[in-house]
Amino acid sequence: MDRIKITGIHKTFQLKPGQFVNVDGVESDSVTVLDGVDLTIRKGEFITLVGPSGSGKSVLLDIIGGLTLASSGTVEIDGKIITKPDPKTGYVFQQYALFPWRTALANIEYALEVRGVGRRERTDKARYFLSLFGLSGFEDRFPNQLSGGMQQRVAIARALAADPEVLLMDEPFAALDAQTRELLQAELLRIWEKINTTVVFVTHSIDEAIFLADRIVVMTARPGRVKEIIDVDLPRPRGGDIRASAQFNAHRGTVWEALRDEVNKAQKDWALSPAYAA
Amino acid sequence: MAYVTDKSGLGPIAPTRSRDAVRTVPAARKKRSLHLGSFGYGLPLLITFFLLWEIAPRLGWLNAIFFPPLSEVLVAWYRMLLDGTLSANIGISLQRAFIGFALALVVAIPLGFLMGRYSTFEKVSDLLVQTLRNTSQFALLPVFILLLGIGEASKVAITFYSSIFFLLINTIAGVKSVEPLLLKAARSMGTSDLDLFRKVILPASIPHIVSGARLAVKSSIFAVIGAEMLAAKSGLGYLIQNSQLMMETADMYAGILTMTFIGLIVNYLLVGFERWATGWKTPSDALPH
Repeated sequence: MDRIKITGIHKTFQLKPGQFVNVDGVESDSVTVLDGVDLTIRKGEFITLVGPSGSGKSVLLDIIGGLTLASSGTVEIDGKIITKPDPKTGYVFQQYALFPWRTALANIEYALEVRGVGRRERTDKARYFLSLFGLSGFEDRFPNQLSGGMQQRVAIARALAADPEVLLMDEPFAALDAQTRELLQAELLRIWEKINTTVVFVTHSIDEAIFLADRIVVMTARPGRVKEIIDVDLPRPRGGDIRASAQFNAHRGTVWEALRDEVNKAQKDWALSPAYAA
Repeated sequence: MAYVTDKSGLGPIAPTRSRDAVRTVPAARKKRSLHLGSFGYGLPLLITFFLLWEIAPRLGWLNAIFFPPLSEVLVAWYRMLLDGTLSANIGISLQRAFIGFALALVVAIPLGFLMGRYSTFEKVSDLLVQTLRNTSQFALLPVFILLLGIGEASKVAITFYSSIFFLLINTIAGVKSVEPLLLKAARSMGTSDLDLFRKVILPASIPHIVSGARLAVKSSIFAVIGAEMLAAKSGLGYLIQNSQLMMETADMYAGILTMTFIGLIVNYLLVGFERWATGWKTPSDALPH
Protein backbone atom coordinates (compact mmCIF):
# COMPACT_ATOMS: atom_id res chain seq x y z
CA MET A 1 0.00 0.00 0.00
CA ASP A 2 1.31 3.44 -0.88
CA ARG A 3 1.71 6.01 1.84
CA ILE A 4 3.46 8.93 0.15
CA LYS A 5 2.98 9.83 -3.48
CA ILE A 6 5.25 12.52 -4.90
CA THR A 7 4.29 13.71 -8.37
CA GLY A 8 6.22 16.11 -10.58
CA ILE A 9 7.67 18.27 -7.81
CA HIS A 10 9.46 21.39 -9.02
CA LYS A 11 10.95 23.98 -6.72
CA THR A 12 12.53 27.25 -7.76
CA PHE A 13 13.94 29.77 -5.31
CA GLN A 14 13.89 33.43 -6.22
CA LEU A 15 17.13 35.10 -5.17
CA LYS A 16 17.16 38.43 -3.37
CA PRO A 17 17.26 41.52 -5.61
CA GLY A 18 20.80 42.02 -6.88
CA GLN A 19 21.85 38.41 -6.37
CA PHE A 20 22.65 36.22 -9.33
CA VAL A 21 23.71 32.68 -9.88
CA ASN A 22 25.46 31.12 -12.83
CA VAL A 23 23.43 28.25 -14.26
CA ASP A 24 25.12 26.49 -17.18
CA GLY A 25 26.95 29.68 -18.06
CA VAL A 26 23.84 31.86 -17.94
CA GLU A 27 23.22 34.48 -15.26
CA SER A 28 19.95 33.94 -13.47
CA ASP A 29 18.17 35.49 -10.52
CA SER A 30 16.51 32.25 -9.53
CA VAL A 31 17.70 28.74 -8.72
CA THR A 32 15.83 25.59 -9.59
CA VAL A 33 16.61 23.01 -6.93
CA LEU A 34 14.04 20.35 -7.79
CA ASP A 35 13.15 19.62 -11.36
CA GLY A 36 10.40 17.05 -11.55
CA VAL A 37 10.67 14.59 -8.69
CA ASP A 38 8.42 11.54 -8.87
CA LEU A 39 8.54 8.99 -6.09
CA THR A 40 6.13 6.62 -4.43
CA ILE A 41 6.85 5.38 -0.93
CA ARG A 42 5.09 2.37 0.51
CA LYS A 43 3.57 2.13 3.94
CA GLY A 44 6.10 1.23 6.63
CA GLU A 45 9.02 1.57 4.26
CA PHE A 46 12.42 2.94 5.26
CA ILE A 47 13.70 5.19 2.48
CA THR A 48 17.08 6.89 2.50
CA LEU A 49 17.70 9.84 0.26
CA VAL A 50 21.24 10.43 -0.98
CA GLY A 51 22.66 12.93 -3.42
CA PRO A 52 25.37 15.55 -3.77
CA SER A 53 25.13 18.85 -1.90
CA GLY A 54 22.58 21.10 -3.51
CA SER A 55 20.53 18.29 -4.99
CA GLY A 56 17.52 19.46 -3.02
CA LYS A 57 17.18 16.53 -0.60
CA SER A 58 16.35 18.74 2.36
CA VAL A 59 14.02 20.89 0.29
CA LEU A 60 12.17 17.77 -0.83
CA LEU A 61 11.86 16.74 2.81
CA ASP A 62 10.49 20.19 3.71
CA ILE A 63 7.93 19.88 0.94
CA ILE A 64 6.83 16.42 2.13
CA GLY A 65 6.60 17.87 5.65
CA GLY A 66 4.46 20.78 4.46
CA LEU A 67 7.03 23.32 5.64
CA THR A 68 7.79 24.60 2.14
CA LEU A 69 5.41 24.84 -0.79
CA ALA A 70 6.46 23.34 -4.11
CA SER A 71 6.51 25.59 -7.17
CA SER A 72 4.54 22.88 -8.91
CA GLY A 73 3.63 19.25 -8.40
CA THR A 74 1.99 17.54 -5.46
CA VAL A 75 2.79 15.44 -2.42
CA GLU A 76 0.03 13.19 -1.14
CA ILE A 77 0.09 11.35 2.15
CA ASP A 78 -2.63 8.70 2.27
CA GLY A 79 -4.32 10.44 -0.62
CA LYS A 80 -4.37 13.86 1.03
CA ILE A 81 -2.48 16.66 -0.71
CA ILE A 82 0.01 18.31 1.66
CA THR A 83 -0.01 22.12 1.86
CA LYS A 84 0.85 22.58 5.54
CA PRO A 85 2.45 20.49 8.29
CA ASP A 86 0.36 17.39 8.80
CA PRO A 87 -0.28 16.00 12.29
CA LYS A 88 0.59 12.57 10.88
CA THR A 89 4.14 13.68 10.11
CA GLY A 90 7.09 13.89 12.49
CA TYR A 91 10.29 15.77 11.67
CA VAL A 92 13.81 15.34 13.02
CA PHE A 93 16.52 17.90 12.26
CA GLN A 94 20.28 17.65 12.10
CA GLN A 95 20.71 20.26 14.83
CA TYR A 96 18.21 18.58 17.20
CA ALA A 97 16.01 21.71 17.44
CA LEU A 98 15.09 21.03 21.05
CA PHE A 99 13.60 23.88 23.06
CA PRO A 100 16.47 24.81 25.37
CA TRP A 101 14.15 26.11 28.10
CA ARG A 102 12.27 22.83 28.33
CA THR A 103 13.54 19.73 30.06
CA ALA A 104 13.97 16.50 28.10
CA LEU A 105 10.56 15.33 29.29
CA ALA A 106 8.84 18.66 28.57
CA ASN A 107 10.38 18.73 25.09
CA ILE A 108 8.74 15.43 24.24
CA GLU A 109 5.51 16.57 25.86
CA TYR A 110 5.48 19.62 23.60
CA ALA A 111 4.58 17.56 20.56
CA LEU A 112 1.55 16.22 22.43
CA GLU A 113 0.69 19.53 24.07
CA VAL A 114 0.16 21.34 20.77
CA ARG A 115 -2.00 18.46 19.60
CA GLY A 116 -4.25 18.90 22.62
CA VAL A 117 -3.36 15.72 24.51
CA GLY A 118 -4.23 15.89 28.23
CA ARG A 119 -1.53 16.53 30.84
CA ARG A 120 -1.53 13.06 32.38
CA GLU A 121 -1.49 11.17 29.15
CA ARG A 122 1.27 13.25 27.63
CA THR A 123 3.52 12.87 30.68
CA ASP A 124 3.05 9.11 30.65
CA LYS A 125 3.71 8.93 26.96
CA ALA A 126 6.77 11.18 27.14
CA ARG A 127 8.19 9.00 29.91
CA TYR A 128 7.58 5.89 27.85
CA PHE A 129 9.44 7.32 24.86
CA LEU A 130 12.34 8.51 27.01
CA SER A 131 12.67 5.01 28.40
CA LEU A 132 12.47 3.56 24.89
CA PHE A 133 15.65 5.51 24.11
CA GLY A 134 17.31 4.53 27.39
CA LEU A 135 16.99 8.02 28.83
CA SER A 136 15.02 7.28 31.98
CA GLY A 137 16.53 9.34 34.77
CA PHE A 138 17.25 12.25 32.45
CA GLU A 139 13.69 13.62 32.46
CA ASP A 140 14.60 16.86 34.18
CA ARG A 141 17.75 17.66 32.24
CA PHE A 142 17.77 20.65 29.98
CA PRO A 143 19.13 20.07 26.45
CA ASN A 144 22.22 22.03 27.41
CA GLN A 145 22.96 19.40 30.04
CA LEU A 146 22.78 16.50 27.59
CA SER A 147 25.33 15.23 25.10
CA GLY A 148 24.65 15.54 21.36
CA GLY A 149 23.65 11.90 21.09
CA MET A 150 21.24 12.24 23.99
CA GLN A 151 19.76 15.41 22.56
CA GLN A 152 19.11 13.70 19.24
CA ARG A 153 17.52 10.77 21.04
CA VAL A 154 15.17 13.21 22.77
CA ALA A 155 14.41 14.89 19.44
CA ILE A 156 13.56 11.54 17.81
CA ALA A 157 11.47 10.61 20.84
CA ARG A 158 9.65 13.94 20.47
CA ALA A 159 8.92 13.23 16.83
CA LEU A 160 7.72 9.69 17.59
CA ALA A 161 5.64 10.59 20.65
CA ALA A 162 2.83 11.89 18.47
CA ASP A 163 2.58 8.51 16.71
CA PRO A 164 3.46 9.83 13.26
CA GLU A 165 2.68 7.72 10.26
CA VAL A 166 5.53 9.40 8.41
CA LEU A 167 8.87 10.28 9.99
CA LEU A 168 11.08 12.73 8.11
CA MET A 169 14.72 12.87 9.15
CA ASP A 170 17.14 15.43 7.77
CA GLU A 171 20.69 14.16 8.31
CA PRO A 172 19.85 13.50 11.95
CA PHE A 173 23.16 11.87 12.82
CA ALA A 174 25.50 14.04 10.77
CA ALA A 175 26.59 16.17 13.73
CA LEU A 176 27.46 13.18 15.91
CA ASP A 177 30.75 11.37 16.27
CA ALA A 178 31.18 8.05 14.42
CA GLN A 179 30.54 5.75 17.39
CA THR A 180 27.44 7.59 18.58
CA ARG A 181 26.20 7.66 15.03
CA GLU A 182 26.38 3.87 14.64
CA LEU A 183 24.79 3.41 18.03
CA LEU A 184 21.89 5.62 17.10
CA GLN A 185 21.45 3.99 13.70
CA ALA A 186 21.02 0.64 15.42
CA GLU A 187 18.68 2.15 18.01
CA LEU A 188 16.58 3.79 15.34
CA LEU A 189 16.22 0.49 13.48
CA ARG A 190 15.30 -1.34 16.67
CA ILE A 191 12.53 1.14 17.44
CA TRP A 192 11.38 1.45 13.83
CA GLU A 193 10.96 -2.32 13.61
CA LYS A 194 8.68 -2.06 16.63
CA ILE A 195 6.45 0.78 15.44
CA ASN A 196 6.72 0.38 11.69
CA THR A 197 6.28 3.96 10.72
CA THR A 198 7.25 5.15 7.24
CA VAL A 199 10.65 6.86 7.30
CA VAL A 200 12.28 9.22 4.80
CA PHE A 201 15.86 9.74 5.88
CA VAL A 202 18.27 12.17 4.22
CA THR A 203 21.96 11.39 4.54
CA HIS A 204 25.35 12.07 3.01
CA SER A 205 26.76 8.81 4.21
CA ILE A 206 26.55 5.86 1.83
CA ASP A 207 27.07 3.38 4.67
CA GLU A 208 24.28 4.92 6.69
CA ALA A 209 22.00 4.87 3.66
CA ILE A 210 22.59 1.17 3.07
CA PHE A 211 22.46 0.12 6.71
CA LEU A 212 19.06 1.68 7.32
CA ALA A 213 17.16 1.49 4.06
CA ASP A 214 14.69 -0.73 2.33
CA ARG A 215 15.30 1.40 -0.73
CA ILE A 216 17.90 4.08 -1.44
CA VAL A 217 16.80 7.00 -3.60
CA VAL A 218 19.76 8.57 -5.39
CA MET A 219 19.21 12.19 -6.46
CA THR A 220 20.95 13.94 -9.35
CA ALA A 221 23.07 17.07 -8.96
CA ARG A 222 21.15 20.36 -9.01
CA PRO A 223 18.49 20.64 -10.30
CA GLY A 224 17.46 17.53 -8.37
CA ARG A 225 15.60 14.59 -9.85
CA VAL A 226 15.42 10.97 -8.88
CA LYS A 227 18.33 9.34 -10.65
CA GLU A 228 18.04 5.80 -9.45
CA ILE A 229 16.28 3.73 -6.81
CA ILE A 230 18.34 0.93 -5.30
CA ASP A 231 16.69 -1.94 -3.44
CA VAL A 232 18.56 -2.99 -0.34
CA ASP A 233 17.75 -6.64 0.24
CA LEU A 234 19.86 -7.12 3.35
CA PRO A 235 18.06 -9.27 5.94
CA ARG A 236 16.47 -7.66 9.01
CA PRO A 237 16.94 -7.24 11.88
CA ARG A 238 20.33 -5.80 10.95
CA GLY A 239 23.26 -5.75 13.36
CA GLY A 240 26.45 -3.74 13.12
CA ASP A 241 28.38 -6.75 11.77
CA ILE A 242 26.37 -6.62 8.56
CA ARG A 243 28.57 -3.72 7.45
CA ALA A 244 31.43 -6.18 6.94
CA SER A 245 29.42 -8.53 4.73
CA ALA A 246 30.06 -9.03 1.03
CA GLN A 247 26.46 -8.04 0.22
CA PHE A 248 26.88 -4.74 2.04
CA ASN A 249 30.08 -4.11 0.14
CA ALA A 250 28.37 -4.81 -3.15
CA HIS A 251 25.74 -2.21 -2.28
CA ARG A 252 28.45 0.31 -1.49
CA GLY A 253 29.74 -0.17 -5.04
CA THR A 254 26.28 0.22 -6.58
CA VAL A 255 25.41 3.38 -4.67
CA TRP A 256 28.77 4.99 -5.29
CA GLU A 257 28.49 4.14 -8.98
CA ALA A 258 25.15 5.97 -9.12
CA LEU A 259 26.43 8.92 -7.14
CA ARG A 260 29.86 9.51 -8.63
CA ASP A 261 28.88 11.40 -11.77
CA GLU A 262 26.44 13.53 -9.84
CA VAL A 263 29.00 14.47 -7.21
CA ASN A 264 31.46 15.47 -9.93
CA LYS A 265 28.81 17.52 -11.67
CA ALA A 266 27.86 19.23 -8.42
CA GLN A 267 31.48 20.13 -7.71
CA LYS A 268 31.86 21.75 -11.10
CA ASP A 269 28.58 23.55 -10.61
CA TRP A 270 29.66 25.02 -7.29
CA ALA A 271 33.07 25.96 -8.68
CA LEU A 272 31.32 28.07 -11.32
CA SER A 273 29.47 30.17 -8.79
CA PRO A 274 31.78 30.78 -5.88
CA ALA A 275 29.84 33.85 -4.77
CA TYR A 276 26.68 31.86 -4.36
CA ALA A 277 28.36 28.98 -2.62
CA ALA A 278 29.84 31.37 -0.08
CA MET B 1 44.04 12.59 45.13
CA ALA B 2 43.84 16.02 43.61
CA TYR B 3 42.04 18.83 45.40
CA VAL B 4 40.75 22.12 44.10
CA THR B 5 39.65 25.13 46.05
CA ASP B 6 36.72 27.27 45.22
CA LYS B 7 37.77 30.30 43.19
CA SER B 8 36.72 32.70 45.91
CA GLY B 9 39.06 31.00 48.36
CA LEU B 10 36.19 31.10 50.85
CA GLY B 11 34.29 28.01 49.83
CA PRO B 12 34.88 24.51 51.12
CA ILE B 13 37.60 22.37 49.61
CA ALA B 14 36.16 19.64 47.45
CA PRO B 15 37.83 16.69 45.78
CA THR B 16 37.77 16.83 41.98
CA ARG B 17 35.17 14.61 40.45
CA SER B 18 36.03 11.96 37.97
CA ARG B 19 35.50 13.08 34.42
CA ASP B 20 32.46 11.09 33.50
CA ALA B 21 30.69 11.29 36.83
CA VAL B 22 27.20 12.68 36.31
CA ARG B 23 27.00 16.02 38.09
CA THR B 24 23.78 17.15 39.63
CA VAL B 25 23.99 20.24 41.85
CA PRO B 26 27.38 21.85 41.45
CA ALA B 27 26.83 24.55 38.81
CA ALA B 28 24.49 26.63 40.96
CA ARG B 29 26.53 26.17 44.09
CA LYS B 30 29.79 27.24 42.55
CA LYS B 31 28.22 30.39 41.19
CA ARG B 32 26.81 31.49 44.52
CA SER B 33 30.10 31.23 46.40
CA LEU B 34 31.90 33.00 43.56
CA HIS B 35 29.40 35.75 43.94
CA LEU B 36 30.03 36.13 47.68
CA GLY B 37 33.72 36.11 46.89
CA SER B 38 33.56 39.16 44.65
CA PHE B 39 31.35 40.84 47.26
CA GLY B 40 34.12 40.26 49.80
CA TYR B 41 36.71 41.88 47.52
CA GLY B 42 34.67 45.05 47.20
CA LEU B 43 33.88 45.46 50.88
CA PRO B 44 37.10 47.19 52.10
CA LEU B 45 36.77 50.08 49.65
CA LEU B 46 33.11 50.61 50.57
CA ILE B 47 33.94 50.59 54.28
CA THR B 48 36.73 53.11 53.69
CA PHE B 49 34.23 55.35 51.93
CA PHE B 50 31.82 55.21 54.88
CA LEU B 51 34.64 55.78 57.37
CA LEU B 52 35.77 58.88 55.50
CA TRP B 53 32.18 60.09 55.55
CA GLU B 54 32.21 59.71 59.34
CA ILE B 55 35.64 61.22 59.95
CA ALA B 56 35.86 64.07 57.42
CA PRO B 57 33.09 66.27 58.95
CA ARG B 58 34.35 65.57 62.49
CA LEU B 59 37.89 66.66 61.61
CA GLY B 60 36.54 69.75 59.85
CA TRP B 61 37.65 68.58 56.38
CA LEU B 62 34.04 69.03 55.31
CA ASN B 63 31.39 71.39 56.59
CA ALA B 64 29.27 69.34 59.00
CA ILE B 65 26.19 71.42 58.20
CA PHE B 66 26.28 70.26 54.59
CA PHE B 67 27.92 66.89 55.30
CA PRO B 68 26.85 65.54 58.68
CA PRO B 69 28.85 62.49 59.81
CA LEU B 70 27.42 59.13 58.78
CA SER B 71 26.47 58.30 62.38
CA GLU B 72 24.20 61.35 62.53
CA VAL B 73 22.63 60.36 59.24
CA LEU B 74 21.96 56.90 60.63
CA VAL B 75 20.43 58.38 63.78
CA ALA B 76 18.15 60.53 61.62
CA TRP B 77 17.34 57.46 59.53
CA TYR B 78 16.44 55.46 62.65
CA ARG B 79 14.23 58.30 63.94
CA MET B 80 12.35 58.48 60.65
CA LEU B 81 12.03 54.72 60.65
CA LEU B 82 10.45 54.77 64.12
CA ASP B 83 8.04 57.63 63.48
CA GLY B 84 6.82 56.05 60.24
CA THR B 85 8.06 58.81 57.93
CA LEU B 86 10.27 56.40 56.01
CA SER B 87 7.83 53.56 55.50
CA ALA B 88 5.05 55.91 54.38
CA ASN B 89 7.29 57.61 51.80
CA ILE B 90 8.95 54.40 50.63
CA GLY B 91 5.52 52.85 50.19
CA ILE B 92 4.16 55.63 48.06
CA SER B 93 7.32 55.88 45.91
CA LEU B 94 7.49 52.15 45.27
CA GLN B 95 3.80 52.04 44.49
CA ARG B 96 4.20 54.72 41.82
CA ALA B 97 7.26 53.05 40.35
CA PHE B 98 5.66 49.63 40.35
CA ILE B 99 2.35 50.63 38.80
CA GLY B 100 4.16 52.46 36.01
CA PHE B 101 6.48 49.51 35.44
CA ALA B 102 3.62 46.99 35.46
CA LEU B 103 1.66 49.02 32.92
CA ALA B 104 4.76 49.28 30.75
CA LEU B 105 5.18 45.52 30.92
CA VAL B 106 1.60 44.93 29.79
CA VAL B 107 2.01 47.29 26.84
CA ALA B 108 5.62 46.56 25.86
CA ILE B 109 5.49 42.78 25.58
CA PRO B 110 2.63 42.44 23.07
CA LEU B 111 3.88 45.49 21.19
CA GLY B 112 7.42 44.12 21.16
CA PHE B 113 6.12 40.81 19.84
CA LEU B 114 4.38 42.52 16.97
CA MET B 115 7.35 44.74 16.15
CA GLY B 116 9.83 41.90 16.42
CA ARG B 117 7.82 39.43 14.39
CA TYR B 118 6.24 41.53 11.65
CA SER B 119 8.77 43.66 9.83
CA THR B 120 6.10 45.86 8.26
CA PHE B 121 4.78 46.70 11.69
CA GLU B 122 8.27 47.56 12.84
CA LYS B 123 9.03 49.66 9.77
CA VAL B 124 5.89 51.69 10.35
CA SER B 125 6.34 52.20 14.09
CA ASP B 126 10.10 52.30 14.59
CA LEU B 127 10.63 55.98 13.82
CA LEU B 128 7.91 57.06 16.24
CA VAL B 129 9.32 54.79 18.95
CA GLN B 130 12.84 56.18 18.43
CA THR B 131 11.53 59.74 18.60
CA LEU B 132 9.64 59.12 21.85
CA ARG B 133 12.50 57.14 23.32
CA ASN B 134 14.85 60.06 22.91
CA THR B 135 12.56 62.51 24.63
CA SER B 136 13.48 62.93 28.30
CA GLN B 137 10.77 61.77 30.66
CA PHE B 138 11.46 64.83 32.83
CA ALA B 139 10.93 67.15 29.90
CA LEU B 140 7.52 65.55 29.61
CA LEU B 141 6.60 65.87 33.29
CA PRO B 142 4.98 69.30 32.73
CA VAL B 143 2.98 67.75 29.92
CA PHE B 144 1.85 64.88 32.13
CA ILE B 145 0.87 67.35 34.85
CA LEU B 146 -1.11 69.46 32.36
CA LEU B 147 -2.89 66.40 31.02
CA LEU B 148 -3.27 64.32 34.18
CA GLY B 149 -3.05 66.81 37.02
CA ILE B 150 -0.60 67.00 39.91
CA GLY B 151 -1.85 63.76 41.52
CA GLU B 152 -0.83 60.13 41.20
CA ALA B 153 -1.64 59.76 37.51
CA SER B 154 1.17 62.04 36.36
CA LYS B 155 3.71 60.15 38.53
CA VAL B 156 2.57 56.84 37.17
CA ALA B 157 2.78 58.29 33.67
CA ILE B 158 6.41 59.28 34.10
CA THR B 159 7.43 55.90 35.54
CA PHE B 160 5.56 54.18 32.72
CA TYR B 161 7.33 56.33 30.17
CA SER B 162 10.70 55.71 31.83
CA SER B 163 10.40 51.94 31.77
CA ILE B 164 8.53 51.10 28.59
CA PHE B 165 11.33 51.65 26.10
CA PHE B 166 13.81 49.37 27.87
CA LEU B 167 11.17 46.66 27.86
CA LEU B 168 10.07 47.29 24.30
CA ILE B 169 13.54 47.39 22.75
CA ASN B 170 14.60 44.24 24.59
CA THR B 171 11.43 42.36 23.74
CA ILE B 172 11.96 43.17 20.07
CA ALA B 173 15.56 42.00 20.31
CA GLY B 174 14.40 38.84 22.09
CA VAL B 175 11.79 38.01 19.48
CA LYS B 176 14.27 38.56 16.67
CA SER B 177 16.86 36.37 18.32
CA VAL B 178 14.65 33.28 18.37
CA GLU B 179 16.48 30.51 16.55
CA PRO B 180 14.69 30.03 13.17
CA LEU B 181 15.22 26.29 13.45
CA LEU B 182 13.11 26.25 16.63
CA LEU B 183 10.31 28.02 14.79
CA LYS B 184 10.59 25.49 11.99
CA ALA B 185 10.52 22.59 14.45
CA ALA B 186 7.48 24.08 16.17
CA ARG B 187 5.72 24.49 12.84
CA SER B 188 6.56 20.92 11.86
CA MET B 189 4.66 19.79 14.95
CA GLY B 190 1.61 21.75 13.87
CA THR B 191 1.96 24.58 16.41
CA SER B 192 -0.76 27.21 16.02
CA ASP B 193 0.16 30.89 15.74
CA LEU B 194 -1.02 31.59 19.27
CA ASP B 195 0.94 28.65 20.69
CA LEU B 196 3.96 29.77 18.70
CA PHE B 197 3.93 33.04 20.67
CA ARG B 198 3.08 31.49 24.01
CA LYS B 199 5.20 28.38 23.92
CA VAL B 200 8.14 29.27 21.70
CA ILE B 201 8.72 32.98 21.12
CA LEU B 202 7.87 34.10 24.66
CA PRO B 203 10.07 31.61 26.53
CA ALA B 204 12.88 32.09 24.00
CA SER B 205 12.71 35.87 24.56
CA ILE B 206 12.60 35.70 28.36
CA PRO B 207 16.34 36.27 28.89
CA HIS B 208 16.17 39.45 26.82
CA ILE B 209 12.96 40.61 28.45
CA VAL B 210 14.35 40.06 31.94
CA SER B 211 17.46 42.12 31.24
CA GLY B 212 15.19 44.82 29.85
CA ALA B 213 13.12 44.61 33.01
CA ARG B 214 16.18 45.17 35.17
CA LEU B 215 16.95 48.40 33.36
CA ALA B 216 13.29 49.38 33.33
CA VAL B 217 12.76 48.92 37.07
CA LYS B 218 15.85 50.96 37.85
CA SER B 219 14.77 53.65 35.45
CA SER B 220 11.26 53.81 36.86
CA ILE B 221 12.58 54.15 40.43
CA PHE B 222 14.93 56.93 39.35
CA ALA B 223 12.09 58.65 37.53
CA VAL B 224 9.74 58.53 40.48
CA ILE B 225 12.39 60.16 42.69
CA GLY B 226 12.91 62.91 40.12
CA ALA B 227 9.22 63.51 39.68
CA GLU B 228 8.66 63.66 43.42
CA MET B 229 11.43 66.22 43.76
CA LEU B 230 9.86 68.36 41.11
CA ALA B 231 6.17 68.08 41.89
CA ALA B 232 4.86 66.09 44.84
CA LYS B 233 3.90 66.28 48.48
CA SER B 234 4.93 62.73 49.37
CA GLY B 235 7.44 60.05 48.51
CA LEU B 236 11.18 59.61 48.97
CA GLY B 237 12.04 62.20 46.35
CA TYR B 238 9.88 64.73 48.14
CA LEU B 239 11.48 63.79 51.46
CA ILE B 240 14.97 64.36 50.06
CA GLN B 241 14.07 67.62 48.37
CA ASN B 242 12.09 68.96 51.32
CA SER B 243 14.83 68.08 53.83
CA GLN B 244 17.29 70.04 51.74
CA LEU B 245 14.99 73.08 51.69
CA MET B 246 14.62 72.85 55.47
CA MET B 247 18.39 72.37 55.85
CA GLU B 248 17.70 69.05 57.60
CA THR B 249 20.74 67.63 55.88
CA ALA B 250 20.94 64.47 58.01
CA ASP B 251 17.38 63.64 56.93
CA MET B 252 18.29 64.39 53.35
CA TYR B 253 21.22 61.93 53.36
CA ALA B 254 19.07 59.38 55.16
CA GLY B 255 16.61 59.66 52.29
CA ILE B 256 19.36 59.30 49.70
CA LEU B 257 20.82 56.25 51.46
CA THR B 258 17.39 54.65 51.65
CA MET B 259 17.01 55.23 47.94
CA THR B 260 20.35 53.60 47.19
CA PHE B 261 19.57 50.69 49.45
CA ILE B 262 16.23 50.05 47.76
CA GLY B 263 17.93 50.20 44.38
CA LEU B 264 20.51 47.63 45.49
CA ILE B 265 17.90 45.25 46.89
CA VAL B 266 15.71 45.48 43.81
CA ASN B 267 18.69 44.88 41.58
CA TYR B 268 19.77 41.78 43.49
CA LEU B 269 16.23 40.44 43.48
CA LEU B 270 16.09 40.88 39.72
CA VAL B 271 19.50 39.29 39.22
CA GLY B 272 18.24 36.34 41.23
CA PHE B 273 15.08 36.20 39.17
CA GLU B 274 17.11 36.38 35.97
CA ARG B 275 19.27 33.49 37.08
CA TRP B 276 16.22 31.45 37.99
CA ALA B 277 14.38 32.25 34.76
CA THR B 278 17.36 31.39 32.59
CA GLY B 279 18.56 28.37 34.55
CA TRP B 280 18.25 26.28 31.39
CA LYS B 281 21.17 28.16 29.90
CA THR B 282 23.65 26.68 32.36
CA PRO B 283 25.39 23.71 30.80
CA SER B 284 26.74 20.93 32.93
CA ASP B 285 29.88 18.90 32.33
CA ALA B 286 30.41 16.55 29.45
CA LEU B 287 28.21 13.49 29.56
CA PRO B 288 28.59 10.04 28.11
CA HIS B 289 26.96 9.54 24.75
